[in-house]
Amino acid sequence: MTDITVRNEAAPLGAAGVSEATAADFFALLKPRVMSLVVFTALVGLVAAPGGIHPAIAAVALFFIALGAGASGAMNMWWDADIDARMARTASRPVPAGRVTPGEALGFGLALSVFAVSCMGLLVNLASAAILAFTIFFYVVVYSMWLKRRTPQNIVIGGAAGAFPPMIGWAAVTGGVDLGSIALFAIIFLWTPPHFWALSLVKAGEYAKVGVPMLPVVAGGAETRRQIVLYSWLLVASTTAPLALDLGGVAYGLAAAVLGAVFLVLAHLLKRRPSDRAAMRLFGFSILYLFLLFAVLLGEALARGL
Amino acid sequence: MARSDMHRQRRGRNYALGGFLLLLVFIFFVVTIVKMKGAA
Repeated sequence: MTDITVRNEAAPLGAAGVSEATAADFFALLKPRVMSLVVFTALVGLVAAPGGIHPAIAAVALFFIALGAGASGAMNMWWDADIDARMARTASRPVPAGRVTPGEALGFGLALSVFAVSCMGLLVNLASAAILAFTIFFYVVVYSMWLKRRTPQNIVIGGAAGAFPPMIGWAAVTGGVDLGSIALFAIIFLWTPPHFWALSLVKAGEYAKVGVPMLPVVAGGAETRRQIVLYSWLLVASTTAPLALDLGGVAYGLAAAVLGAVFLVLAHLLKRRPSDRAAMRLFGFSILYLFLLFAVLLGEALARGL
Repeated sequence: MARSDMHRQRRGRNYALGGFLLLLVFIFFVVTIVKMKGAA
């Protein structure tokens, strides 16, 4: 409680005591780039799921998944404003930059969360609403508040929050959770550590400065690179699950093999010849990797429906 | 901050909120139609 009060006292207000935040500032609180990846992976879950859903209901489900993801982003920015202000990458975010008060960010995030989950339950189904609620709770409370500043495994466990969206999309169609949605969850869950650790190898100094125990800060670069290789192999192994479950066909199999091979080569190159360039190359490719893998899965699922 | 700037920013926020509310009205209308057709 004290923490919130202190944060609010630091908040800038206009001459009339009214917040100076613009609509664009509130939109930035939703982390639109993260939101777009969430919508894309949720769409894949929605299309790959067995059964049918009316296109309008599907669009509504994606809208509220995006809103829920954005709400959790706003609450994350409220909680992390103190460390965001001291890191170059995040210093210009609305709360640390002083354009949105912490209280506004918290209120905005909480209200949107309740609204998105309620609408999901009313308009789509209860299962997808329940998973959306759990995802928001997991990202804000388990990852942001609990794990992020306490353990170098923050990204491993917290990565689950980013892995839930395809499961929500899947549940919007089937009304439940099954092996197919767990397979999609597993891919994103295992993708997150090598993806994020590659970036944190380069940004280790900034994380150390603000006291966030990212793996390179706590265990050093060599151990991080070893774990990146380990998780890369687990990731590539997990991408065979959609084949076994008939979610993916020949095109997906080929894409998973080629993209997985490139991922492993880049991970091993980073381990053998460590450099910021090699780390950023793996980080950049990891984004393309997940996008292409899920795009092929989406394409095959759409082709099957024609 | 000049008063006119503040009004401009608040107007922008109000337009955004108005747009969002209109979008919600549209969403609830469409979902109602879809569900009614499904029940018929």
